[in-house]
Amino acid sequence: MNITELSLAELSEKLHGKELSSVEATKAYFEKINAVDGEIGAYIRLTESVALQQAENADKILAEGKGTALTGVPYGIKDNICTKGSITSCASKMLENFNPPYDAFVTTKMNAENAVMLGKMNMDEFAMGSTTENSAFKVTKNPYDITRVPGGSSGGSAAAVAAKEAVFTLGSDTGGSIRQPAAFCGVVGLKPTYGTVSRNGLVAFASSLDQIGPVARNVEDAAVVLNSIAGHDSLDSTSVNRIYGDFTAEMKNGVKGMKAALPKEYFGEGINPEVRAAVINAANEFEKMGVEIQEVSIPAMEYALPAYYVISSCEASSNLARFDGVRYGYRAENYADMDELYKKTRSEGFGKEVKRRIMLGSFALSAGYYDAYYKKALQVRTLIINGFNSIFENNDFIISPVAPTVAYKIGEKTASPVEMYLGDIYTVPVNIAGLPAISMPCGADKDGMPIGMQLIGKAFSESTLIRAGWAFENR
Amino acid sequence: MSIEIDVNNVANLAKLSLTDEEKAVMKSELGAIIGFADKLAEIDTSGVDITAHIVPITNVLRADEVTNQPDRDGLLANAPTKADGYMTVPRTFE
Repeated sequence: MNITELSLAELSEKLHGKELSSVEATKAYFEKINAVDGEIGAYIRLTESVALQQAENADKILAEGKGTALTGVPYGIKDNICTKGSITSCASKMLENFNPPYDAFVTTKMNAENAVMLGKMNMDEFAMGSTTENSAFKVTKNPYDITRVPGGSSGGSAAAVAAKEAVFTLGSDTGGSIRQPAAFCGVVGLKPTYGTVSRNGLVAFASSLDQIGPVARNVEDAAVVLNSIAGHDSLDSTSVNRIYGDFTAEMKNGVKGMKAALPKEYFGEGINPEVRAAVINAANEFEKMGVEIQEVSIPAMEYALPAYYVISSCEASSNLARFDGVRYGYRAENYADMDELYKKTRSEGFGKEVKRRIMLGSFALSAGYYDAYYKKALQVRTLIINGFNSIFENNDFIISPVAPTVAYKIGEKTASPVEMYLGDIYTVPVNIAGLPAISMPCGADKDGMPIGMQLIGKAFSESTLIRAGWAFENR
Repeated sequence: MSIEIDVNNVANLAKLSLTDEEKAVMKSELGAIIGFADKLAEIDTSGVDITAHIVPITNVLRADEVTNQPDRDGLLANAPTKADGYMTVPRTFE
């Protein structure tokens, strides 16, 4: 049995059936990591001693016939999610030695189910980027072709799942940071409805857009992880208090009679023909399964990307004001007064992309420009929400590409920020409207690079997306 | 809209000190990004309400009860400099 090839569902069954222990599974994963991660670079830090201890505990629980679907299962967690006792750096020099005094909500959930944390995943610094090239510590490579980027910002999370270096991982998605790397690495990424997963303990980038979600090998595994992390948390005032239920309950009910929309704005200028063909082909597959497909339009969609970069940068400039060298994190060495302490600390502690976004946000919020940029972007946000709402009056889900291209070469887009940002055109509208979306493989290009499709639903329709995704996967 | 960005002012607002070379790069890159964001001006939003937040939540209140234990040492463990149970910073006034 090749342990690292097992899906979450398969591994869990073997752990509960005592065919395999969590310690054995955990050791197998560290062997795999030791063999391949030197090349892939998905992990920013391993937590081997913690993992083995957690695995031993999990085995005791499993031996008593107890535990859940995640008990004893080795996983990885993005380095912007707080793990008490384990450094949480956000891939930034600013937090290089930051040891969180508390666990994030999702970390607590994982610990409560005795899942086994293998380590922390590499990412773009403070989750700002689309390639994981912006990490202050290392560049993660795409397991399908190590000369290419894995996507970002949860590039480590996606690359690890693709390279079988973790059963699943947790990532965060502010403008596509789970879905785009999942697409580039040929795995499944789920961005939940805003408010479904508590942001408590997620280092804030853009608070009105950020959500934590799973990266997994298949739709079922993603649903199982979502079952664990969804739920109300009194420590996050934006956490939505509702009964989330079992996301796998309706998974196998099929899609016959459902309606799906293809927004024409998602298939226009700038999309790679092979990506377009693969997603259209996926829509045809849905049609064969009994889904009624119709073309629709969201006219405000072309304004989503500039609105996103204004809103997210404004929120980031405000959120990242806390990194001032006073209470925690990096502090510059020589300073004469407070102002110099702040400025030197921030200039030395933040990387280029983070500074660029802070500057953009500071500009857009500054006197004289606030109405033209920030306020305008928030109005456009309303128009985009209205556009989605009208589509969901008559449709169960939207089928779209995740990104205009497959994974590109490392270094290819670092020279032009705007060109880099254009790659987020299909993912950011979902965050702007707070909607759930699944990114999953739907083909490959002529070089064998994975192509992803995105299924978008109305708020809290994760079960529908999981049902559609599972049907496509098992067609 | 063509906007001349005062990089010195914005850097000061952002509490960043940039070298002259960084300022030049920042000015050109921000110019390109803002040029792209100027697309927003094309769309008519008169009378459209803003959405600052997607979830219709107003104030979330709870009883004023202590639910966590004091952990001064734990919280101070990450402080760059500290003394007598406090974080320390340079003198802020004379």
